[in-house]
Amino acid sequence: MQEHDMSWVRTEMALAQPAPASVRGMGAWVRTNLIGSVGDAILTIIGIALVAMILPQVINWAFINAQWTGPDRSVCATVAQGGIQSDGWSGACWAFVNAKFGQFMFGTYPIEERWRPILVAILFVALLVPMLIPRVPRKGLNAILLFLVLPIISFVLLVGGMFGLPHVETSRWGGLLVTLSLSFVGIAVSLPLGVVLALGRRSKMPIVKMLCIIFIETVRGIPLITVLFFVSVMLPLFLPAGVTFDKFLRALIGVSLFAAAYMAEVIRGGLQAIPKGQYEGADSLGLGYWQKMGLIVLPQALKLVIPGIVNTFIGMFKDTSLVIIISMFDLLGIVKQNFSDPNWATPQTARSGLIFAAFVFWLFCFGMSRYSMYTERRLDTGHKR
Amino acid sequence: MKHIAIGILGAATLGVMASAASASTLDDVKAKGFIQCGVSTGLAGFSAPDDKGDWQGIDADFCRAVAAAVFGDGSKVKFTPLSAKERFTALQSGEIDILSRNTTWTINRDTALGLNFIGVTYYDGQGFMINAKKLPGVNSALQLSGAAVCVQSGTTTELNLADYFKSNKMEYNPVVFEKLDEVNAAYDAGRCDVYTTDQSGLYGIRLTLAAPADHVVLPEIISKEPLGPAVRQGDDQWYHIVKWTYFALLQAEELGITKANVEEMKASDNPEIKRVLGQEAETKIGTDLGVSNDWVVNIVKTVGNYGELFERNVGSGSPLKIARGINALWTKGGLQYAPPIR
Repeated sequence: MQEHDMSWVRTEMALAQPAPASVRGMGAWVRTNLIGSVGDAILTIIGIALVAMILPQVINWAFINAQWTGPDRSVCATVAQGGIQSDGWSGACWAFVNAKFGQFMFGTYPIEERWRPILVAILFVALLVPMLIPRVPRKGLNAILLFLVLPIISFVLLVGGMFGLPHVETSRWGGLLVTLSLSFVGIAVSLPLGVVLALGRRSKMPIVKMLCIIFIETVRGIPLITVLFFVSVMLPLFLPAGVTFDKFLRALIGVSLFAAAYMAEVIRGGLQAIPKGQYEGADSLGLGYWQKMGLIVLPQALKLVIPGIVNTFIGMFKDTSLVIIISMFDLLGIVKQNFSDPNWATPQTARSGLIFAAFVFWLFCFGMSRYSMYTERRLDTGHKR
Repeated sequence: MKHIAIGILGAATLGVMASAASASTLDDVKAKGFIQCGVSTGLAGFSAPDDKGDWQGIDADFCRAVAAAVFGDGSKVKFTPLSAKERFTALQSGEIDILSRNTTWTINRDTALGLNFIGVTYYDGQGFMINAKKLPGVNSALQLSGAAVCVQSGTTTELNLADYFKSNKMEYNPVVFEKLDEVNAAYDAGRCDVYTTDQSGLYGIRLTLAAPADHVVLPEIISKEPLGPAVRQGDDQWYHIVKWTYFALLQAEELGITKANVEEMKASDNPEIKRVLGQEAETKIGTDLGVSNDWVVNIVKTVGNYGELFERNVGSGSPLKIARGINALWTKGGLQYAPPIR
């Protein structure tokens, strides 16, 4: 007979137990994150005090006391300021944003023609969204529509002067329309141009290399504001009398070339991070230069520098505000311009308008940054940490 | 990506097409069917976009008056907003036909810059605004000795201020800022007692203060800032059309012709009114100028007379509430005076 020297053998796995109460739930989270140490506790108290001090006032100003609609400045001014609000009132003047909303979006684009930019925006979104979602098929067709067909349709629709559409000068464009069209063109030009410049700068052909270096270093060495200023104030004097160069075009060229020069350096950073073995491996497979770059090197390099590329995009998106220098009114410019409308001049007008502009800029930049993080994760095949 | 290539090509062609300046601005303007008018990038009461994005203000309305004189239709004008630095280049290069952008008339601009100012549509000058609650009893700038004055740096305003206080043997304490917004905020926060800039601007700034009623614009004007429209040199016909549009606005006010009564006035027995409105038999006043004979009728129908234009944009009919002051007609003690239209 065999003795049972093992008193008990477990025949099945123990069920997973929930974590002890001291390390889960709200209480534990608060303990570890907010009052983990004396220093943390002090910081937490200061933080809560700051939020408690500021938040009620902000909410009060931005929502509770805010005026959403109204015909003119009187709704946003106290009696002493010539309005209808009681003394001591302070709230956001969203009525100003409301009344000027069309201008903030389209500038002085003729009201009866505003369906044209709206249509362009709808088409753009309809083509961009499937482009951004990886699961949606037919990316090739989508890309052709977005980068070849849409620009032609947009140009016809926005500029007009053909197919019975009245011509709208670019001087009447403004607001978000200018901001977005400058940015879209800037982004669409700067990325391919930047790739070409970056490859050129690393090329072994002396003339190509020299040209790329000269371009990149010159453009990076001059402030954008200087170039815009030069083309708007000096250039017309050199041109024959009466010849004018479209201002919007000047801005487009300036912004695109600038972004391309910065983009080139970002991409070059990525190219340099690719080990020499990759190049040699491609060579040993008998790939030509463009095959090597297009199939082996660039896919890896671009993936590495997504944060830098998006950084440049976001920077450029915000730089478009500089076109105010040549009296083109992007979103920020048109908001500021409207401060001078005497029908809306109140102590609250400027604040409300600027907060609105900041919110719109933030919305777009935040969107870009979130999408880039998503793309990074999706393409993160070899460097996951 | 092709977006740009196409955009660039298209815009370049458009840019070059809109060129080819010929000798006469009037012919050019008639050929293209509108007047290109340079305005500011936004100055309350002078040129600022309204809710619909239409430009409103004295300067904008003046261009409409010229369009009315040339085309009989005040809407045939397109506005180009210009920064202070761009404005002269834009006129010299032919980008605009009239510069109507709160620009001070000086000899240098008339000679070295090659402009022709047509007159003074608004007599402005540097003034002072004070908080009457903080400085009770002050009703003249000469009582401001020892005051802290908010002023924008690097402007002629700053120099005029120094000159004025020095010549009146008064002390002052300048509180200097780079940007206009900062000056406004500092003044509203009470960091200084006095705010100085162009007087027309003071009224606009007053609207943005927390308690506008407490603030008083003092009567003294310490510099001459005659603001007026300008055209390019070398085209006398165009110069005359713009100049006499301005005089017609004044003459209409002097004769009591308003937007409302201009049609009745055409039947007036007063020979002067008949002459101005082109109702005399075989009149050649308008055609000699290069416009139709009922040009004054068209002007007044479109923007009203000078007084109406003033009151609507900066005077009692606007939030700015600027008094006529020296911008009144000469018959009422002001400086606005038009030579006879005959």
